[in-house]
Order: sequence, then C-alpha cells, then structure tokens
Amino acid sequence: MVRATKVTKRFGDKRVLNRVDAEVEAGGFLLVTGPNGSGKTTLLRVLAGLDAPTSGQVLLPDRATIGYLGHEPHVYRELTPLENLHLFGRLYRVPERAERIGMLLERFGLWDVRDQRVQTFSRGMRQRLGLCRVLLHSPTLAVLDEPFNALDEAGAALLDATLDVIAPVSAVVLATHDPGRVERLATQRLAFA
Amino acid sequence: MRFFSDVAALARKDLLIELRAKETVPAMLLFVLSALTIFHFAVPAGASAKISIGLLWTAIVFTALLGLTRAFVPEREQGVFDALVLAPSDRSAIWAAKALSVLAFLGLAELVALPAFGLFFSGVGWHGVAAFALADIGICAVGTLTGAMAVAGRARELILPLLFLPLAIPVVAAGVGASIAGGGKYLAFLALYDAVFALLSWGAFEYVVAQT
Amino acid sequence: MTGARRLSLPALAGITAGLFALAIALVFYYAPVDSDQGLSQKIFYFHVPIALTSYACFGWGAWKALLHLWKRKPGADLESYVAIHQGTIFGMLTLITGSIWARISWGVWWVWSDDQLVLFLILFLFYCAYFMLRYSVEPGLQRENMCAVYALFGVVLIPISFLAIRISRSIIHPEVFTRHGPQMTHSQFLAFCVAWLAMLFLFATLYGIELAGKRLDARLRELRELLA
Repeated sequence: MVRATKVTKRFGDKRVLNRVDAEVEAGGFLLVTGPNGSGKTTLLRVLAGLDAPTSGQVLLPDRATIGYLGHEPHVYRELTPLENLHLFGRLYRVPERAERIGMLLERFGLWDVRDQRVQTFSRGMRQRLGLCRVLLHSPTLAVLDEPFNALDEAGAALLDATLDVIAPVSAVVLATHDPGRVERLATQRLAFA
Repeated sequence: MRFFSDVAALARKDLLIELRAKETVPAMLLFVLSALTIFHFAVPAGASAKISIGLLWTAIVFTALLGLTRAFVPEREQGVFDALVLAPSDRSAIWAAKALSVLAFLGLAELVALPAFGLFFSGVGWHGVAAFALADIGICAVGTLTGAMAVAGRARELILPLLFLPLAIPVVAAGVGASIAGGGKYLAFLALYDAVFALLSWGAFEYVVAQT
Repeated sequence: MTGARRLSLPALAGITAGLFALAIALVFYYAPVDSDQGLSQKIFYFHVPIALTSYACFGWGAWKALLHLWKRKPGADLESYVAIHQGTIFGMLTLITGSIWARISWGVWWVWSDDQLVLFLILFLFYCAYFMLRYSVEPGLQRENMCAVYALFGVVLIPISFLAIRISRSIIHPEVFTRHGPQMTHSQFLAFCVAWLAMLFLFATLYGIELAGKRLDARLRELRELLA
C-alpha cells in the first residue's frame, strides 16, 4: 500500500508536482496519464521511494516489496540475463532463485538468449529483461513507468497477460501514453496536464 | 552473514564487468606508465631518489583517481543505480563491493607501476610496498564514498578530484615517509587512517545514496 | 548556540564590539612588547584566536551535521552550512594572518614548517570543496545528507592531517625556522584570552546574522510557494 499526501516536488525553481494526492492498495491499479514532461515520472519515483518530495508526505511499504521499472530497464549491459537476474535475485533474497529466473525468462521469451550479453540486445529485449527484473521478487507494489515503450506486439501482449495476473493481488501504479491498452484494469486514474 | 554475501556478489559483478569491458584497468596502466615517463623528463639529472619516490606516490594517487572516476559508470548507464538502492540489501554493501573492486584495479596497476618505477628510477623497498598496500585501502574507501557523492550532482568528473585530493594528502605524506625513511610509525598511521575512514565511509554511504 | 538565540543579535554585536575594543587595548597597551620580534609579534594575538575560532566553527558545523543525520533535526542542515561557511572565512583569515606573521618573522610569505598553517591549507581546500559539492546537487534530503557526511569527514580530517604533518615533518620539510611557542606571561595571557573571546563572539554574531538571513530567505520562498 502506498499513499502520497499533498506531495509537491520542485527542481530548482520549477515546480513539477503540485500538492498531489494518491493512494493505492493491494488490488488497486492507478493509471497515470499525461504528456511528456508533465510530472508522471517524478510522481512515480516518489511513489517508489526513489525521490523525496519537497513537501508533503509519502507512506511507503517495505523496500523489499517494491518493484520499480523506470525509463531505463536497470540492467547491466556487460552481463547476461542470467547473471543480471541472479544478482538482483540475491539482493532481493528471492527464494528458489534459479527456478523463478528460468520461469520468468521463458515467459518473456528470453530463455534462448539467457547467456548473451545484454549489450547485444535490442531495446525491446532489454525492456523485457527489465520486466523480468521487476517481477523477480514478486513485488506487492509495482511502479511501472511507460512499460510498453519499445515493446513489440508480442512483448506488449506478454506484459498485458502479466498485468492481468498481478493486478488483483498487488498495488500497481502505471504511467503510459496509451491508456486504452490498460483501461480495463484501472481502478483509479490520475491525469497530468 | 547476508552483508558479506551481498558484498561478494556485487564485487564479483564489478570484476566480471571489467573483465569483459576491459576499459578501466588498461587505461590505468597506460596512465601510470605515461606519468612515470613524464616524470623522467620532469626530474633533472642528479636529483635525489627521494624526489622520484614522491612522484611515484603522486602518480599512484592520480591513477587511483582515474579508476575512481570510472567506478560508478556501469551503474549510471541503464539507470541501474536506482535498482541497487531500492534493493532491501544494506546499501553500504554497494560501497564495500565497489571499494574492493577499485582496490583490485589499483593493485593491478601497481603490480606494473612499481616494477616499472624500479626500472626507470630506483627500487621501492618492502616498506614502500607495505605502505602502498595500506594506502590503497584508505584511498579506495574514501574515494568510493566521494565518488558516490560526486555522481549525485551535476559536475561529477570535475568534483571528484576536489573532494578526494584533500583527503588523500595525509596518505601521501605518510606513504612517502614510509617509502623513504621506513619505520613503523608511518605504516601505523596509514593503518589508523584506513580504520577511521573505512569505518566512517561504511557508515555514511547509506546517507549519501538514499533519497528518502 | 542557544545562548546566541536568547541574546538578541544587536546585543551580541554590541558585546563583540566591546570585546574587540578591550582586546585591542590590551594587546597594544597592556601586553608587553616582545623582546624578539617587537611590535609585529602582536599579530599572534589575532592569528591564533582566529585559528582556534575556525576550529570551533568547523566543530559546530560537524555537531549540527551529526544532529541532522542522527536526530533528523529540522534546520540543522542550514545551521551546519552557515557554521562551515563562517569557518572557511575564518580559515582564510588564518592563512592570511599566518602568512603576514611569517613575512614579518622570517621574511617569507609562506613556511611549510608551521604545522598549523599547513593544516589550515589542507582544511581550506577541503572545505572549499564542501561548497562545490553543495552547489552541484539539487536541494533536498540527499544534498543535506551528503553535506552533513562531508562536514563530519572534515572534523575527522583535522586531527588526522595534523598527525600526518607531524610525523612527516622530518622527511618533507626540515626545521629551518623555529618559533618558540609563546610562553605567555600573565598580561600576555589575559590579552590573548580576551582576543580569543572577541573572536568567538564575532563568530557568534556573524553566524547569527547569516543564519537569520538564510532563514528569512527560506521563509520567503515558502510563502511564495503557498501563494502560487
């Protein structure tokens, strides 16, 4: 469960968030929309616990239960998918790590390239790996910033299916340009101007 | 303990990345050899061996700075730093692992630099080698912490030397002393420096990287 | 500085001015003229108190930094910053007065054999970097944390650097110039203490003034925010 109360965020003189309220519980799905530069990313970073608001409060769950996927997939270029996921799996104390990693790589169609360095991947494949990383520790709060970016139709379908599975049990905050795609799952909406 | 296995996993990751990218260590090696060559031309004939020892220490400190500037680059690409900081593991494990890997790179550079120095100028005695070993620990501990500070801001490569060099002065002073005069007091001082600043850096890293 | 807060700023400034007047009177008219260096030795009465006050500034800044990190005390970051700012100014004055004294005593503008002066050079470099660090990062909790950590490193650096300078002295710079540490007579000691007290009150006054100014700035910004 995450709750933001009257959150304002300023960068220098520029005010990006202005007294924003947001609250998402397990099973909730907050859909955040708005044009580029409107503050979506900033809000998501605050809700994930990566940035502190300039004023206002944020109530965050335990760090171990948060999964964040930003505009970057957050994976090491020089390592392979297996190495990346084993590292994060270790840091997140994921039980039965090898099985879980195998299962996720299969699901997102990366099993065949599991031993290739990420720097050989296309943007879409890196994004898929980023999704694997985010889901690895079964977060109860998933904060996803434009996760459909760079995904081809197949990848997007995989993400759709995954969201269908996790939405009822986790709290999800998702920012996107293409709200139509996940409209069906949204329980709350926040539109930035 | 979980902390140590986290450190091991992260340090292994850093070494693996360097093994594959082969960017930092070759640069450090080339840098230190170039620096020593320049020093040959910078030191007039008949100058005492002591001057060259001082220059060796200078070269090592700046080689370390080169390695430290590169230290957090893999994390900055692809935004991995966010993912590491969010993980439930102790953030100071990131510090320890990074310091260990830079220590390894610096050690490799010295493995080449010290014999080269012996070739170009004069040998470094055992006291000198021990001094370098101890000094490296302090340099990497403090350098990794200041490296994280520098990376958080705007002018990162510019700021790191400014933050790091004043802290390195005591190390150089004692290191040169140990290399020239021997004697336990310099090595004891270096050990003290290492203990104090490693402890401080370990404790402070959490505050330096956390945003909330 | 709860004492300073209870004392109003004008009162503090008044006391400082009074102490300075007293100090100058004592230094120039009461304390005996040094047999060796003559009138120029008088600068010692300002150089050392300025140096000691500088240490006090950095120590105060580190204390506030600790409060910020440990107790999360609001406003501690600003207080730490102002103290360190003052400390850097006093540090620069230490270097300047020390240089003048060296010139007067030994005819050179800088001596490496003066341990304290060398220490201040290192500290000056260190704390200048503090400001570079502070202004390269966006204002926020991370910046406050980093500055606090750096301030604590600084205060640890003071004894460590001094030790390093001490032990490496024979290697790096031979004793060319010796300065007898002042064995002070009663009157000299009195003049010294009053001068030192005057410097500390000067710090307290300047600290109070700068802090009030910065707090006012922050409050103004807050109000502008609310209105916008």
